[in-house]
Amino acid sequence: MQLSALSGGFGNAAQQSATAFRAIMNVMARPGMIETLDGAVPPKGLSTAAGSLLLTLCDPETKLHLAGDLDSQPIRDWLTFHTGAPFVPAPLADFALGAWDDLLPLTQYAIGTDQYPDRAATLIVELPALTQSGTTLTGPGIKDQAQLSLPALEPFQSNAALFPLGCDFFFTSGDKIAALPRSTKPETPPCM
Amino acid sequence: MSDYNFAYLDEQTKRMIRRAILKGLAIPGYQVPFASREMPMPYGWGTGGVQVTAACLTPDDTLKVIDQGADDTTNAVSIRRFFEKTAAVGVTQATTQASVIQTRHRIPEEPLNEDQILVYQVPIPEPLRFLEPRETETRKMHALEEYGLIHVKLFEDISQHGQIATAYAYPVKVEGRYVMDPSPIPRFDNPKMEMAAIQLFGAGREQRIYAIPPYTQVVSLDFDDYPFEASKAEGACALCAADHTYLDEVIVDDDGGRMFVCSDTDYCESRRQAGHVGAQGTPMGKDAA
Ligand SMILES: [Zn+2]
Repeated sequence: MQLSALSGGFGNAAQQSATAFRAIMNVMARPGMIETLDGAVPPKGLSTAAGSLLLTLCDPETKLHLAGDLDSQPIRDWLTFHTGAPFVPAPLADFALGAWDDLLPLTQYAIGTDQYPDRAATLIVELPALTQSGTTLTGPGIKDQAQLSLPALEPFQSNAALFPLGCDFFFTSGDKIAALPRSTKPETPPCM
Repeated sequence: MSDYNFAYLDEQTKRMIRRAILKGLAIPGYQVPFASREMPMPYGWGTGGVQVTAACLTPDDTLKVIDQGADDTTNAVSIRRFFEKTAAVGVTQATTQASVIQTRHRIPEEPLNEDQILVYQVPIPEPLRFLEPRETETRKMHALEEYGLIHVKLFEDISQHGQIATAYAYPVKVEGRYVMDPSPIPRFDNPKMEMAAIQLFGAGREQRIYAIPPYTQVVSLDFDDYPFEASKAEGACALCAADHTYLDEVIVDDDGGRMFVCSDTDYCESRRQAGHVGAQGTPMGKDAA
C-alpha cells in the first residue's frame, strides 16, 4: 500500500459525512437535481463526488464492486483504508463504481426481491460531465419534470419498468452529484 | 464536542440508517428494515424518529420538535434538548425557521418548503398489522399488492358507522404501489402529505424506516360511494379564529368549561401575533410582540 492511500479522507468524519449525506439525500429525493459533494480527496481517476459518496455510505458491511479502470490498486488501497468495504464481483455488490460502459450490463446487478426490494445494488456512474439537460424525468421527487444528462436511455427505462425492484443510480462528475432512483421514469424529450 | 459522537449515534450506525433512508426514498412507501439502536429514552418517546433525525442532522440545521402540534410538551422539549446537546444544532419553535422538523402525530399547518425535512415518529409502521399479526404474511401481502383486507376493514367501518370512522393513522397508497401507515396523524393531515419537503418515517421498536420524496402521489384509501374526507372538529379556534386548522378540545376551568383551539401552537401564535382574535381570545397587545 502506498502512503498516499492514508490521506484524503474526511478531516472531521462526523460533520463532513453529515453534510455530505444531506447532499446525497437531496439528490436521491429529487431526481435531476445536481448538488456539490466534496470533502474527500480521492486518488487520481476517482472523482471528488464519488470518493465523498463512498466515504459517507460504505464500510465493512457494504460490498463494493469496482469496474474497469476504477479497479486500480491505488483506488482499492484508498477505499480499503478509509471504508473497509470488501471488493466483490458485480452480482454480489451493494455498491458498484465505474464509468458507464464499464458497469454494463445492468442485468448483472441485484435488483432486490419481491419481499425485500431494498436489497438492490446502488450504482455510482462516473461521467465526464453532468448537466440538467437531455433526458426528461418524471416521477416521485419531481414537481413537473426534470432534465438530466443520462449516459443512455433504454437501460434506465428497462430498470424503471422493474419497479418496485431495480437498481438505483448516482451520477458523479468532479464535485457534482445527481441521482436516478428506480421510481423515476426517463423519456426522450418530445420532438420540437 | 469531541467527547460525544455527533448527534449521539456512532458513525457506522449513522451510515446504516443513511443507507436505509436512501432505499426508502427510492421505493416510496416501502418499509426498509434497519437495526434499531438503544437510545437514551424509552421507545414510546420516538426512538425511531430520533435515530432518523440523528442520521440527517448537519451542524447547520435548525431543529423544531413537535408533539401533537405543540413544541412545549415534555417529550418535544427532551428531544430538542437532546439534539442541542449532542449535535449543537440551533432550535426553533417557528415552523418557517426550521430546516428539520421531528413530529409526533401532526403535520404543521404552515405548508413546508423544498428546503425542509419532516421526520415522523412512528409507533406501528405496518398498516396491515391489526389485520394480520404475522410479519411473514404482511410482507407477502405487500409484495403481491394484496390490499383487499384493508379495504374490507374500511368498508366494515362504513357498514357499522355509516362512514369511515378511522380518524387517525388513516392508510394511504403511495405512488400507486405501497399501502403505508402515515403514523397516528389525524386524517385531516393526510392531504398535506403531497408536499414540497422530504418526509422520513422512523419506527424504533419495529425497526423500520420509510420515506416519501417531495411531490409524490399520496392517496388516502376510499371507495367511490364513500370518498375520503379530511374531517376535523367543526368551528373555529377560540384563540385565533382560524376555521381551517385542526382543533383540539381543551378544558379551561374546574367547572368543565371547554374550548376548541388550534393543535398547532406555533401556527395559532403566529395568527394571534398577526392580529387574529378568536371568540375567547384576547387581542395581543403591542407589548406582546
Ligand atoms: Zn388558533
